[in-house]
Amino acid sequence: MAVKPRMKLDKKEAKKGDLVEVKALVSHVMESGQRKDSAGNTIPRKILNKFVCTVAGKQVFAADFEPAISANPYIQFKFKAQESGPVVLTWTDDDGSTIVGEETIKVS
Amino acid sequence: MIPNFNRRQALALGAGAVTVAVLGASSGPALAKNDSDEAIAKFTGGKTPAQGKVKLDLPEIAENGNTVPMTVTVESPMTEQSHVTDVLILASENPRSGVATFHFSPASGIAEANTRIRLAATQDVIAVAKMNDGSFFMARKQVKVTIGGCGG
Repeated sequence: MAVKPRMKLDKKEAKKGDLVEVKALVSHVMESGQRKDSAGNTIPRKILNKFVCTVAGKQVFAADFEPAISANPYIQFKFKAQESGPVVLTWTDDDGSTIVGEETIKVS
Repeated sequence: MIPNFNRRQALALGAGAVTVAVLGASSGPALAKNDSDEAIAKFTGGKTPAQGKVKLDLPEIAENGNTVPMTVTVESPMTEQSHVTDVLILASENPRSGVATFHFSPASGIAEANTRIRLAATQDVIAVAKMNDGSFFMARKQVKVTIGGCGG
């Protein structure tokens, strides 16, 4: 199932050196591995454990998530506009699959 | 009846046990329930982080521990010469201390991130920032949680 993240840049066009804010939300259970089902069995952990943002191929921000991140993880951060290009967000699941979101930033 | 062990002594013993238990609990805050202290030591390589520079923005009272908005900001010019590289977020009384680690670089422009976290109970949230010169700064903020967020 292809999950589509929701992402938003506070501006599509920026001057070089401006700070661009990124907000992103992705649907995911973020199962902590601490909960038990009705039969008393531990529900296995399944979370997005890694998040990376690249702009024009260069990493500007990354995060490692632990089970203490809420379900449907939200992340908000900023980066410094340097050059035009794709803003790519990648979340990595415990099972190795990835969720990718992309927008474009124009830098003048 | 057990000899030499009357009701009064039994009560005194009981009261003593309660006192010990209460004392044990009240020495609490410094002795975190989980491994947050070790996690800090591992992150800093044994150095003690200085106070300041790090700002944690969290609600004082979180009604729902399942999703508590958290913003962390670290004061830094974020230049090649002086920038924040990593910020470790810990929760002192969750079943596991780790919450997240944010990685910054000069390309970030500002060391600021916001996400939503789970808190099992009323506790301190801790942020430790690592600078590119190898120094560490930390901040701590207590959040009162009405309904815990790690239940099962």
